[in-house]
Amino acid sequence: MTKQVTVSINGISVTVPDGTLVADAAKMAGIDIPVFCHHPKLEPAGMCRMCLVEIGRPMLDRATGQVVMENGQPKIQFMPKLETACTNRVSEGMVVMTTSDKAVDGQKGTVEFLLTSHPLDCPVCDKGGECPLQNLTMAFGPGQSRFIYDEKLHFEKQVPLGELIWLDRERCIQCARCIRFQDEVAGEAVLGFDERGRSTQIISLSEPGFDSVFSGNTTDICPVGALTTADFRFGARPWELKAEASICTQCPVGCNTTLNTRREAKSAGDIVVKRVMPRQNEEVNEIWLCDKGRFAYHYTESKKRLTRPLVRKDDKLARASWDAATKLAAENFVKYKKDFVILASGRLANEDLFNLKSLADHAGGTAIMYSDMGGGDITALVGVGQGTNIGKMGKGDAILVVASDLYQESPIWWLRVKQAADRGATLIVANPRETKLDKFAKFVIRYAYGDEVKTINDLSKKSKIADEFAKAKNAIVFFGNDGLGLNGSSGLASACAALLKETDHIGKPNNGLVGVWQRVNDQGAWEVGFQPEPDLEKALKGKAVYIVGADPVGDDPALAKALKGAKFVAVQDILETATTEIADVVFPAQAYTEREGTFTSGERRVQRFYAAVPVKGDAKPDFAITSQVAKQMGVILEGSSVSVVFDILANSLDAFTDISYEKLAEVHGQWPIVGRGDLYYGGTTYENTQGLGVQLAPAAQSGKTVSIPKFRKEAALRPKEKELMAVPVNKLYDRGVTVNPAQLLEGRIGEATVTLHPSAAKNLGVAEGARVKISFEGVNAEVIVKLDDTISAGVALVPRSMGIAIHEPVAARVLSLVEGKVK
Amino acid sequence: MGVFDPVIELGRGLGETLRSFFFEKTVTYQYPEQKRTVSPRFRGRHVLKRYDNGLEKCIGCSLCAAACPADAIFVESSENTDEKRFSPGQRFASTYEINMLRCIYCGFCEDACPTEAIVLGDNYELSFTDRRQAIYTKDSLLEPVKTAEMLTPRKVEAGVYTRSVPEMQNPTD
Repeated sequence: MTKQVTVSINGISVTVPDGTLVADAAKMAGIDIPVFCHHPKLEPAGMCRMCLVEIGRPMLDRATGQVVMENGQPKIQFMPKLETACTNRVSEGMVVMTTSDKAVDGQKGTVEFLLTSHPLDCPVCDKGGECPLQNLTMAFGPGQSRFIYDEKLHFEKQVPLGELIWLDRERCIQCARCIRFQDEVAGEAVLGFDERGRSTQIISLSEPGFDSVFSGNTTDICPVGALTTADFRFGARPWELKAEASICTQCPVGCNTTLNTRREAKSAGDIVVKRVMPRQNEEVNEIWLCDKGRFAYHYTESKKRLTRPLVRKDDKLARASWDAATKLAAENFVKYKKDFVILASGRLANEDLFNLKSLADHAGGTAIMYSDMGGGDITALVGVGQGTNIGKMGKGDAILVVASDLYQESPIWWLRVKQAADRGATLIVANPRETKLDKFAKFVIRYAYGDEVKTINDLSKKSKIADEFAKAKNAIVFFGNDGLGLNGSSGLASACAALLKETDHIGKPNNGLVGVWQRVNDQGAWEVGFQPEPDLEKALKGKAVYIVGADPVGDDPALAKALKGAKFVAVQDILETATTEIADVVFPAQAYTEREGTFTSGERRVQRFYAAVPVKGDAKPDFAITSQVAKQMGVILEGSSVSVVFDILANSLDAFTDISYEKLAEVHGQWPIVGRGDLYYGGTTYENTQGLGVQLAPAAQSGKTVSIPKFRKEAALRPKEKELMAVPVNKLYDRGVTVNPAQLLEGRIGEATVTLHPSAAKNLGVAEGARVKISFEGVNAEVIVKLDDTISAGVALVPRSMGIAIHEPVAARVLSLVEGKVK
Repeated sequence: MGVFDPVIELGRGLGETLRSFFFEKTVTYQYPEQKRTVSPRFRGRHVLKRYDNGLEKCIGCSLCAAACPADAIFVESSENTDEKRFSPGQRFASTYEINMLRCIYCGFCEDACPTEAIVLGDNYELSFTDRRQAIYTKDSLLEPVKTAEMLTPRKVEAGVYTRSVPEMQNPTD
């Protein structure tokens, strides 16, 4: 433990770790020192001078080095001028005065100075109402200015810094929080200062503008209204918004969010989500949220939302009552009892998946998970131990990321892994292509597609990398399905688990395996007993299928064909999809914003989300629909209370023992302090008052002996001559149903691409940006060529969820197109 | 008390009536044909003011709604463009509603307004036959314009009306 020192701030004695900044020490003692540029998550900068205080230190005798005593007390020597509390670190016996006349005078002067060119257009500013500059001006400002109004410097009003963020240069006070966030936290230096003196302004250094997936966070920590989001532009005033806790549904990190809602005339008087804000959970997302989580929520309010149950009549879907629709589905499921299949995805909550699995078990059906990634059974055994916090990992620890482009798949994990590496953790990145994480890795392992398992197995042999991994105090492995299908990722999970077991990195906090899943609750689906099916086409053909929260028809023409040959198709979803179009019965489900439930994150943390907006139409929560269908089939499942479903779940699954809704809603104090009263300090991230969640203990931590299932290795794919190996890669902004309706992200989604090695492109006679045709296993698609010289010449990278049905590596032909014709 | 006293009292009273009839100005107004002028500070029905050029003064900042103790005002704002300009600056009120049944005519909205857009006028004749009628929308609150060209939204010269809040000048006194 670091040395503790005792200092006196405004006469209050505070004991804090040595090296703490005075501003932070004061905050810990409950004393507010006003700050603008200082942020507890950033390195000190001392740019705004707002935190001027009087600091005195015990006087030392020059000859002896001893503290000079006066009347039995150490003699305190004050500096002749004020000092900044955000750059000075505490030392033993320090005396700080934040409210002395001199300090108050200094703070007043700073506010007056900061406002010289501030436009004071608070009435039209989106930050107005939650603005540190407003608050601190009221609390610490002089009340009037000696500067001349007419001499205010004027810039053009707000200009877009990128599609997502607007900049107002007049409002900027040059605190550099945004620049420092991008440099230090996000590791993407895309912002910078231009010009000097009074003309200093923030500019974007990237093309496209502000090219970072963490850009929204700069609006949270901006202490003025200089940076605001395009999404919330003139949306509402902050004080008019209601706040409800939720969980982001875009990836398996499970970031804690707050949904801000308001009744709106524009939306025909409905209560709608106006913005998504991060909610503090230092063990999950700290105080950050990626742009996908912040801006992709619009799908819940899409015009394509299903609001009434539909039943197919004369080849058309017609409105029906809940009773009639569920009865029809139930009758068919009973009729084709032997062929009853439930296909559900990790978009659903734990309770929904549990009810579906119970229905499958009681009615003799098969429960299939809609996913291209395996290994969830293994993460349940050797997942990260209870008490894991990547934010606490650093020197002496190791993190291995394999077959995953974390930046594109789970940006907040990327951020936290990157920061662990900054703190000194050994980061090993194993990937067949260059990813953004490579820059921060101590070791980069480049292998050929198909060699994932071999690469991990090699880490148990003697090598420099293997040694460092084995000797690490704590080690976490992130595995994904970048370039892999279901089989490949299952094998990889098993190899990673074996490595962790061998090096004794299981069953402890900050040790274990994390799956970088495709959907928010894939881990939860595994926990309740869902498993993906390698041959989904066969599993669906000629069956009575109950599809929940998935769009197989839209994703894959082969599955569409299989489902057309199905005996009966019931679809339960929140949006109209290609799958609902072919369905015999459609059940409208409630979106996560309209109901309560829990998700299990990739780190196996169970977290609650709450209802923020009223239900659309007649939609019901998934678990209740399942219960209603089950009732008609003669199976009784809880369908009225979500917390009771969770209690039943907790009683029947070992990992969830002793967890209840009350326990999931528990909170404890977190550092840094963020939220309403302390906006100026931590930013506008919401304080967590509605639950930090509970991390499940993996089997290895519960004292069980763990045996890791082995996977049969499939023969490596050998593309023929003139063929390339098409491998699926993951993309952050894709055409998935939960992203596509967000118009703001349209520019970032772009068109479907295929990434080739320059030499492969040369062989085809195409350049970057050219249109080519890619064909494999029934897929024919036109795509745009991108070049990447870090991949091998024999592969073609195809992004998932961009309209091309690719689940696993396949042999493909790529043909050049000239004016739409095959050359 | 004498026997003629009531007669004297009656005569006095009638005399007073006659005196005021002949020598005093009448205080009775023949409402509704005749309307009483109100004091300059009278707080009647709200009016949303316009600038001389016809642009709306209201910028949709919602401060009136925040100040309203009766929660009678609802504002929603949207973005202005030079092609379709309602008010100077980037922001205008796309929805502005006052529930006159809730309003207590305190005038806090007037005080809160940074552009002097909302003003309590001199109209005190409010009556409704339906609760819905009591909700005055932006159309009914906005001041009428003199000529059709001044109507909002309208196309304006680009880059002229960039500021929402009128330029502040140093106090001269």
